[in-house]
Amino acid sequence: MWAVLWKDVLLELRTKERLASFFVLAVLIVLVFVFALGPEQAENPEIGAALLWVGLLFAGMLSLQRTFLIEQERGCLSGLLLCPIDPSELFLAKLLGNICFLSIVEALVVPITILFFGLPISWSLLALPVVLLLGIIGFSALGTLFSAIAVRTRAREVIFPLLLLPLLIPLLLAAVQITTAILIGEDWTGIWLRVLVAFDVIFVVAGWLLFPQVVYE
Amino acid sequence: MKKFAPFADNVLPWLTCVSMIAALAMIFLYVPTERNLGVVQRIFYYHLPSAWNAFLGFFIVAGASASFLWKGERRADLIAHTSAEVGMLFCTLFIVTGSVWAKASWGVWWTWDPRLTMTIVMWVVYAAYVLLRQIAGDNEQVARYAAVLGIVGALNIPLIYIAIRLWRGIHPKVEKMAPEMAWTLLVCTGAFLLFFVWLIWIRLRSMSLNDQVIDLRRQALEMS
Repeated sequence: MWAVLWKDVLLELRTKERLASFFVLAVLIVLVFVFALGPEQAENPEIGAALLWVGLLFAGMLSLQRTFLIEQERGCLSGLLLCPIDPSELFLAKLLGNICFLSIVEALVVPITILFFGLPISWSLLALPVVLLLGIIGFSALGTLFSAIAVRTRAREVIFPLLLLPLLIPLLLAAVQITTAILIGEDWTGIWLRVLVAFDVIFVVAGWLLFPQVVYE
Repeated sequence: MKKFAPFADNVLPWLTCVSMIAALAMIFLYVPTERNLGVVQRIFYYHLPSAWNAFLGFFIVAGASASFLWKGERRADLIAHTSAEVGMLFCTLFIVTGSVWAKASWGVWWTWDPRLTMTIVMWVVYAAYVLLRQIAGDNEQVARYAAVLGIVGALNIPLIYIAIRLWRGIHPKVEKMAPEMAWTLLVCTGAFLLFFVWLIWIRLRSMSLNDQVIDLRRQALEMS
């Protein structure tokens, strides 16, 4: 499991294509929204929170889609499956890899977004990484599972967001509510946090259990 | 399934027709007009049974998907596929009738009331399911993918429910009904349920015929 993770990390460090493209894309999406809404609208913390997550989901989706794409070339996935490891461990390795990638990029994108939107900076923003990480875990869990499905179907570019977006609705609702609460300095440790944690737990476990069914040949 | 076939082919269509006509007659002739909402409230007798059928369909999808992954039977997969399609049909009907009713009673075609939101979210989840099966074609691997999606979708339902409740607060409930209304609702539900089973049956048969055609074609190719 750690070997697979290490292989992905090494590959990424050598090429940096996923990190770089994801980063630029995430910034671009935020920019596009600011241009579409007008700069006055963008100062509203609620809209800031919404854009942060919409940007993360759309840019992240393009990045997660590549999880198994690189393995598809020259039959690497079959090779990995022939290795004496449990397919569910492969899932965990890929999931951890994705969580790392998304977290690194978000660590750069979020401060930029906050500056762009002129959101109030205070100590309460220190809670932001917690929500981001929780959101990224749930998002990556479903993203990893469905990228394995999408990669082997026709029209995978369309199928992947089609499958993923509807299922992410509870995550989006919870994450945006918590982020808004943090940005305006309210208590954020309420029921929404529990919804988000429940989402993470359910879908990490579900992915871990169902992944062997997906790659089974 | 074999035992059910003669009944489904010969009796079920007639039973469905008769009960549908009875349901319509009750809606238009028997049931009293609701005091506050007026005539338009009669759409309710199509609205609620559609909703139940939609939920029933999605429930069957989850059950059949799990059973397919567990045992790998082709039949479970076909049942999941057909119930998703039929369930989505009723979900669409539910949204359309609800929208018409909302326009007449609340003055808007759509509001982000928790139930409406829940329905539209379920509609997109299962639209994704049906599209996956349409786009990805029909083989054993896609069947497993669809089953995984069916299960993940079902796991998501409680979360969606909780999230949407929290998001929008709570909205109207059905108040006490006059007995005529309850009877009409019962007959309509029965009629819709028969219709549901019949549609699933037709679709199931067309799919297994399709399987047979593919099988025969392969045999013919092997022989030639």
